[in-house]
This record gives sequence, C-alpha cells and structure tokens, in this order.
Amino acid sequence: MSSNIGSMPLRYRVTIDRERCMECGRCIENCSYGVFRWDGDRILINSRNCTACHRCLAYCPRDAIMLEEHPCDYRSHPVWSRQVRESIYNQARTGKIILAGMGSVADLPIIFDHLMLDACQVTTPPTDPLREPVELRTYLGKKPSRLDFARKPNGDIEVSTELAPNLMLETPIMLGHMSYGAISLNAHLAMARAAKETGTYMGTGEGGLHPGLYPYQDRMIVQVASGRFGVNVDYLERGAAIELKLGQGAKPGIGGHLPGEKVSADVSRTRMIPQGSDAISPAPHHDVYGIEDLPQLVNSVKEATGWKKPVFAKIAAVNNNAENVAAIARSGVDAVAIDGFRGGTGAAPRVFRDHVGIPIEVAIATADRELRKQGLRNEVSLIACGSIRESADVVKAIALGADAVYIGTAALVAMGCRVCGNCYQGVCSWGIATQRPNLVARLDPDVASKQVANLIHAWTLEITELMGAAGINSIESLRGNRDRLRGYMLDEGLLEILDVKSVGA
Amino acid sequence: MCGIFGVMDRRRQMMDGSGIRQALSIMNERGSGEGAGYVAYGIYPDYRDCYALHVFLDHACESKAVVDATLEQWGAIEHDEAIPTCDQPNFRAACTPWRYFFKPDPSLAPGSATPEKDIITNLVMQINASPDGTEVISSGKNVGVFKAGGAGSWPETVADYYRIEDYEGYIWLAHNRYATSCPERWERPDPFNLHDWSIVENGKTTTYGANRRYIESFGYNCSTGTDSEVIAYTIDFLVRRHGLEIDLAIRALAPPYWDEIDRMPEAEQKLNRALRFAYGPATMNGPFTVVAANPDMMVGFTDRGKLRPMVVGECGDRLYIASEETAIRTMEPGVESVTRPGAGEPVIGRVAP
Repeated sequence: MSSNIGSMPLRYRVTIDRERCMECGRCIENCSYGVFRWDGDRILINSRNCTACHRCLAYCPRDAIMLEEHPCDYRSHPVWSRQVRESIYNQARTGKIILAGMGSVADLPIIFDHLMLDACQVTTPPTDPLREPVELRTYLGKKPSRLDFARKPNGDIEVSTELAPNLMLETPIMLGHMSYGAISLNAHLAMARAAKETGTYMGTGEGGLHPGLYPYQDRMIVQVASGRFGVNVDYLERGAAIELKLGQGAKPGIGGHLPGEKVSADVSRTRMIPQGSDAISPAPHHDVYGIEDLPQLVNSVKEATGWKKPVFAKIAAVNNNAENVAAIARSGVDAVAIDGFRGGTGAAPRVFRDHVGIPIEVAIATADRELRKQGLRNEVSLIACGSIRESADVVKAIALGADAVYIGTAALVAMGCRVCGNCYQGVCSWGIATQRPNLVARLDPDVASKQVANLIHAWTLEITELMGAAGINSIESLRGNRDRLRGYMLDEGLLEILDVKSVGA
Repeated sequence: MCGIFGVMDRRRQMMDGSGIRQALSIMNERGSGEGAGYVAYGIYPDYRDCYALHVFLDHACESKAVVDATLEQWGAIEHDEAIPTCDQPNFRAACTPWRYFFKPDPSLAPGSATPEKDIITNLVMQINASPDGTEVISSGKNVGVFKAGGAGSWPETVADYYRIEDYEGYIWLAHNRYATSCPERWERPDPFNLHDWSIVENGKTTTYGANRRYIESFGYNCSTGTDSEVIAYTIDFLVRRHGLEIDLAIRALAPPYWDEIDRMPEAEQKLNRALRFAYGPATMNGPFTVVAANPDMMVGFTDRGKLRPMVVGECGDRLYIASEETAIRTMEPGVESVTRPGAGEPVIGRVAP
C-alpha cells in the first residue's frame, strides 16, 4: 500500500447473537462477499466485506445475525460529510473514477412524493372497479392524428387510414431494459415469464438475447445500444419491438459499462464479445452524430424487419429533454422511453449517477407538453422510467403525460434484491446481478417469475382502484390528466413546469 | 344534478319558448336556482344569413366599443341592439346582453374550407380570452343563447327576463343549473354554443383537463372552465375540421370498451380501434348526459356507464330528450313513446332535408 490513509471506518458492522446462533453455517454458505468463515467450530465475522445484501439475515434460521450501518461516527460536519470524505480517501488512494451500482443516492426531494392524487366525492361519483370495467389496456406506438374514411357500396363506413404497428399491453407497466450480463439468465427468465403471464413486455437491455429466452421472444423488446452487442438481423426479428438506446438516466452522456468479471462464456456468446473483456459501449452511437442521422438508423432497423415492429428510442432525462423528445418524434420512432436521473444501473461512475440529469417527473411533464404544443403527441408514445417505486408513481407518471412505465429496480427487488448497490462486483448473493453459476442457481426462475408477476398484478389492482376512485375508467383518460394531481409543498416554478396546481387550488 | 331538456321538430315547425320554460321548470328539484339557459334555432329569420352574436357586456359602453372594433376588422356588422329583457323581482342583471348580426369577410381567411366559421371561431376565442369584460355566448346563424346566473336564476325567471315566449324555434335546448362553482357568473350556465353547435350537459367529466389540453392544441381556447365549452369545441373540431359523421364523433367522445371492440366483426373492430387511437385524448370520462344540436339535428348521448339519466320521447314530428320523463310530459302530455336508451347508446334526430 502506498497510502498513509489506513483503513476506513466500517461501513456496516455484522454481529451474531451467540446465544441464538446454532452454528449451522448457513451464513457462511450464503454470503458471497466473504464476511463469515469457520475458525474451528466458531464462526468468525469480517464486517469490512459486508455490503448489507441481507442474504445472511434472510437465511439465518435463528434470527441471530444483526447488522448496523455506520457503527463508527466521523466528526459531524455539514459540508464535509462522510460520503465526501470517503470519496476523497478512495480517490487519493486509487486516482480513479469511482464506480457505483443501483440508482442515485443523492438526498434530493422526490417530486412523486409531493404530488397528491385526486378522488371523486359527490359532484362526480367514483367508479367501483369490482362492479364496473376499468380499462388499463395500453397501446404503445404511433397513433393517427386524424382518420380518413371510405363509404362502402352497402353504406357502411370503413377506415382507410392504415394504423402503425402498436404493442398491446394489458397493464401500463413494463419490465425495463437490464442486460443479460448485468443480470443473470435466471433473472431474465423470471422476468420474461412474468411479462408473458401479465400481458406485458420486457426489455432485453443491450446484452443480446440468450437462446433460453426465445420461447418468450414475442414478449421481448430487443435493445440496440451504441456497442451493438448481440445485434444481428435474427436478434431484431425475434423481438416484439426494437429499442434504440441513446442514453441512460443513471449515466447521461456516457455509454454502458459491463465489468469483464461478469462476461462469462455464455454472456460472451450472447453479446458477441470476448470472454472476460470489459464491455464498454461508446457514449454516442457512431452512426448518429446528429438528429438527422437518427431517422436513417430508425429506417434501417425498420427496413430490416419489414416495417412490422414498433421502434422505440430511450434517452436520459437531461436539461433540454423536451427538445430531444420533439426531435425524436420526427424521426419515425414509435415510442420514446425517458429515463430519469434516479434510474438504476449495474455500474456507473458515481459522479454521473448522483449529479447528472433531471427528475423523471419533470422530464415526462415537459416532453408531453412540448409534443402537444408542436402537434406531435400522437407521433410517439411516452414511457417513463427511472425510479418507479410503487403503483402510485405509475399513476402519477401517466397523469403527467406518460403512456406507460418501465420498472427495473422494483422488479429486481421483487426477486429478492436488497438494493445494496454492489451489482458491479458481480457476486450478487441473490443470484440476480451475477454470472457465477453457483450464485445464479440460487434464483429459481419459476419462483422468481411468480414474485415479479405478483408485483405487477398487485400494482395493476392498485392502479385500477386509484383510477376508479378518480372516476376514470380508461387509461387514456388518465394520460396527461394533470388536473387530477395537486402539488404539496412544491414551489411555484416547479408547479408551473409540471402544469399542476397546488393543493387547495 | 342539473336538468337538461331538448326538443326538435323534424319538419321545422316552430315552437315558442313557453312550453320549454314549463318543461325546464318542472325539473327545478335538479337545480339550485343559480343558473338557467335556453338556446333556440330558427329565431332570427330576418337575419338568417348573418351570424348572430349574443354577447354579455360588463360595461355597455367601454366593453361594447372593443367588440365593435374587433368585429369591424373581420367583417360587417349588419345590425346590433340590446337583447330585449324584462326586469324580474329578486333577480339582478350582472351584465348587458347584446346581439350583433354579423357578416364575416371570407377573403380574410384564405386557404380555409370554411372561412366564415374559422373567422367566427377565432373571434369567439379572441373576445372570450380577453379581459375586457365581454363574453360571446352564441355565434351561429339564426340561433341564439339566452342564459343567466346568480341568485334567483330559476328557469322561469330567466325565461321571463329574456321573454323566451316571444321567440319561435324548431330546435330548443334548455338547462337548469345546480351550481358548484362561480354561481354568480352569467356565462357559466349551459347552453354553450359555437356557431352551428349548441350543448347542454348534465354531468361533470373527470377528464376536463385532458380534453381541454387536447382541444386547445388545435387553437381553441377554453375560457370558462366548463365541460360544455370543451364539448362544443371538440364536436366542432371533429365534425367540421376532421370531417367525422356525427355518430363517429359521438363514438370518439364516448367509445365502446375494448372488450366490446374485441367482439366486433373485423372491419368494425378496425374502425373503433382507429377512433380510440386517434381520439383517445378527446374521450370523455366520468358522468355525463349531453344533448347537442346544430341547425340540422339534435343528438343525445351518455357516458358508457350511463351515470346520468337520459329519457327520449317521440310525438309526431317532435323528438324530446330530457333528464326526466316529467319534463317531456309537461310539454307534451300526449307523448307517444318514451324510451330510456342504454349506456353509451346515442340518439340522433335529424331535421327533414
């Protein structure tokens, strides 16, 4: 070691209640980070390796393990916080960019939590979803701005406007793009089965499509990212839709990053890259150096697949989000996914994750408004993603103008993920963000798919109830219906941006 | 609540306003005495080629000068006068109702398929959006809206104030308001009118904001915050600017459920899916019964759950649509048939050509 900084104070302290412990060793088997080991017949603890993944706690039969965060205090200081100091120690020692997993940890207010939903009382009646239909069916893709009709000889009226291909979702919740490589095949299988069961779709991420997922390909949105990993015409043809990944909320302005440790033989085959090599996708697509290049990429992908599939584009939410979305809406793209700055990631530079981008609530609201202003709203569907945590977030995102949402972290949590944020280490003890066969085997796709499907089902029920209470019986009547939101303790400028009134107004 | 009433004579035989006044008053239980209104087609035969603009003026001099100047930019005022009124006890006029008979200059809207109506639409939007204390409440040919708000505005008071029995029309719509907001504002009660189309609604949609944002993106400007205004503009937009037949326009506003569409024959499925794709943002949700009219027809439709009543009566050449059967029977004791259409089932009555 060439530093004088010494060791950091412990992040977590793990303790075992020795009276409760029966020395079964399950904690040793389950911990993939090397916190526990045998010392004769005694279990020793190395708290320094702990990531708070909770695997040991979850599988301890005696509830003997306890975990404490930040057991050692620094001198408290409002400016030189623990995080700031520890980042400096880390970088002073390594001279490197700090990588981090999962979404932003910046302690900023969450706008969703300051938006209150509406319900009907007496001037309008609520709809009772147990007794009356409430439609969540959602179509994603281009909609005609107007229709042409033709009258048949028998007097019947027919539409002569051809409808662009749309994806039909039974619920406005989709499973977002997390690549095979970043997460395990079993995690992908679980989500694919859940998507099929709940009548929705899942994104492949930028890691290609493993043959094990072919049976679910009609539920897959295949992603084409700047690295073009795993992309060939067979891949494009298998998907129900194609998504061009132009940006990611957790790291706007930079490309993807899969550490070589996670590039197993199978991942290497699926991505079409050498085993063990870091998969770094470029910041831009090297055939899209300006907006005028995007229609060419869109058209080539559509041409390759016979103009039968909707093509989505995904961008990170940044300052001039509305302008970007309006530009994309003119490119032939059928839907735009906007990823807010709290969006998740397997690995991103910490400084990007916590400092670059804008909240999804603002990005969706301004995109919807700008598209309407420019008469382009029918050209694209809007998909909100990046920190959709619960059904109320889905309803709020749609009321702000989204057509549907992608969930990522929430689906992982449904499979057991504890949001420990160490995905980039590749030893996820839950078998989710890892490629190690022994760890992957911990995630039973049948069990996990049921959990993900349960989550989507439960949220769908809650959305139905919330809509019914608001007297709304179809999802398109919720879309952009900002009058059914009120801002609580939001400043006037933000209320104006969101086009939402204050509580009481 | 609110009570609505509409009557149409298929052969354009004229009805004076007295029967309509009676029919609306019998539903006073549905109102709060803070707003009522009437609209009639065929009342200005002497000016049948002019757009009759009914305007509420806050100040008979200053406000009127602004309207005069605005109209003269866009065409010729053939005649204008105060709308005759008759003071009523316990009823206070909050503005001066005025009427203009106006001919827009079509050469000022080049490139439009309907230049006169475009000019009228823009004039209504412009005048109603300005803070000059003026509100155009109706703007069609041979049609006029008579309405009032504030304490004491029961249907019979408003009818007597405007001397409704002096007008003769072949289609009448009327509205008895149960006020929930701005009870004092005269422009708030139905009917709403934009040139051809007039609307009365019993309801309160849960999609007002979404529908308003949709229609405003096409240049309409909703200044009163009421459903009926949005409905009037949206029907004008769908029928005049997008060329939809009225039955398709109604279906765009109150479409069938997806489950119903799934069970339709292929061509019909495609038609209904296309309508929901194209006009999803215009779809109205929540409880409503709407009666709409233009010079050639009167239509009634409800939300697809039929959360508000709609009763249809027929007698000879007359078609009645009302909130309550009693209103129909008050005007037409010998009514031949009374029906209650199912949820989402529109009623379309056309005047004989």
